[in-house]
Amino acid sequence: MTDVTASAIHAAELGLAPAGKPRGPLRRAWEVFAENKLALAGLSFVVFIVAFCFIGPLIYHTNQVNTDLADYLCKPSGSHLLGCNDLGYDQLGRLMVGGQTSIEVGLAAAIASVFFGTLYGAISGFAGGIVDAIMMRVVDAGLSLPSLMVIIILSVIFHPSPAIMIFIIAVFYWFGVARLVRGETLTLRNREYVQAVKVIGGRQLRSVVRHIVPNAIGTIIVQATFAVADSILILSGLGFLGLGVSAPATDWGSMLSNGLTFIQGGNYWWLIYPPGIAIILTCIAFNFIGDALRDAFETRLQRR
Amino acid sequence: MVGFLIRRIGQALIVLFIVTVITLALVHLFPGGPVRALLGPKATAQQLAYYNQLYGFDKPFYVQYFKWIGQLLHGNLGFSDKLNQSVTSLMSQDLPKTIVLVLLGTLVSLLFGIPLGVYQAVRRYTIGDYALTAISFLGYATPTFFFGLLLVDWFAIQTHIFPPFAPQASSVWSILADPRALVLPVISYAFLLYALWSRYMRSSVMDNLVQDYVRTARAKGASERRVIWGHVFRNSLVSIVTLLGLSLPTLVAGAIFIEVVFNYPGMGLAFYTAALNVDYQVLLGFTVLATVATVVGNLLADVGYAILDPRVRYS
Repeated sequence: MTDVTASAIHAAELGLAPAGKPRGPLRRAWEVFAENKLALAGLSFVVFIVAFCFIGPLIYHTNQVNTDLADYLCKPSGSHLLGCNDLGYDQLGRLMVGGQTSIEVGLAAAIASVFFGTLYGAISGFAGGIVDAIMMRVVDAGLSLPSLMVIIILSVIFHPSPAIMIFIIAVFYWFGVARLVRGETLTLRNREYVQAVKVIGGRQLRSVVRHIVPNAIGTIIVQATFAVADSILILSGLGFLGLGVSAPATDWGSMLSNGLTFIQGGNYWWLIYPPGIAIILTCIAFNFIGDALRDAFETRLQRR
Repeated sequence: MVGFLIRRIGQALIVLFIVTVITLALVHLFPGGPVRALLGPKATAQQLAYYNQLYGFDKPFYVQYFKWIGQLLHGNLGFSDKLNQSVTSLMSQDLPKTIVLVLLGTLVSLLFGIPLGVYQAVRRYTIGDYALTAISFLGYATPTFFFGLLLVDWFAIQTHIFPPFAPQASSVWSILADPRALVLPVISYAFLLYALWSRYMRSSVMDNLVQDYVRTARAKGASERRVIWGHVFRNSLVSIVTLLGLSLPTLVAGAIFIEVVFNYPGMGLAFYTAALNVDYQVLLGFTVLATVATVVGNLLADVGYAILDPRVRYS
């Protein structure tokens, strides 16, 4: 922070920057982000849904382990605000518990794939030459695999628990991140400050970790945000195919597909719309945040 | 151009090698190996040993790999013992139906996505743009199967406008003969892709609108209509053709959900059934075909792009 302040003051002395409070790149990004109402709405919704899923069960107590067939498909009422499903689980409580799985898997898969993809892409782009060529062919291969097909095969092989789900989704998501970060690294590699590290004899890994990754952080964070939404969608799709987490644990996708089996039997809207809308709104919220972050980090747009 | 072609085809071959190794290795991940998956948990050790020898799974991996590749090159994708049918014949039966679904869906999505994307870019930050953006975001965020089943609920169960299932026919022609039953699957599929094209077109046209050539065209006195449709639109279209080639995996994958929802008798449904039955020969054959199609599609997209844009060849 002191470096940034010092250089900003230096720039101000030279008359390059407008007088006033010096601003760091993250702070500037936040200001652009905060101007975007959709992004704030998305962020508020994410905060709300996380609180709903993780703090909600502490206030709204339900039994999500033992079935209660007396409550079979009961209508929404005072004791069950959103009714019950076919096993007598309270639907509102289930929405919270299922949301925990969806959000945990989404976040963890996003973090894992972005972390690994970033390192891989940065190393590949920085190394260049034959190493880069080989590492990128692996990424090409990964991107050519029909991810959904292989994810289905893997889900059949390993009967998935949330931890395995995270692994399966992340295994396919990191390829795209790696390619993107590698592209970013290629342009950063030739900047003066990265060259300077080389000249003063710094280790290569240091260049990657201390200079290249922090400067590509905008791209990385934007990717991570979209990755959360995508992972939640993939998980819900697996739930629909009957390959999701197994009962009594659940996620929004499994809840939704379970409710959809009653679509022809009558108007059981509380089985279908709550989990469906939860998935849609959460994914839209993360997409709003991702879009706004892209604008915020895109300096080209800021100058306009 | 020749140098570019050789380099690019060499890359594609290396990629093909890596993906085929990964795909074959997948089969060995089945608990107890592929033969155990085939014979079930009650098989005896002798039976396992016999079939392992019969299928060559007792040989080293590289021997299996080259034998398998040799078979693939002869057009033999394996034989499904569970269906008592060769994978090739299963595919020749189901692939055309999937192609019909994918082509119709892609066509409908492009018909809406491209013009509306251009409209959004030209009228950016107006009510119309925001409304269409909202629809695109919905398209991104809605699980395909959920949208499909909502359509079934609204248009087939509550109001009997369209049938809830796809035509259950064995040939492509009989599927096309019942167009009403195709409406819901095609709309679900198109909605999935619409968001992709319209968002891409919007940002591509917006990027092109600030280019120098647009200023030049305007300075020459070209009408706004000519600037948009004669210059900007054509340049944006080139990149969408590439995107079309690159999104082949998305196209194939998206069809799986639609086919399961509507019980549409295509490759996606066959693949899903095979996954539930642990029919590894079908899984292996379909995966490898989809992968090869993707690699070749990417190659063709790149070559096409290099022909259109000479700068690519030298980067």
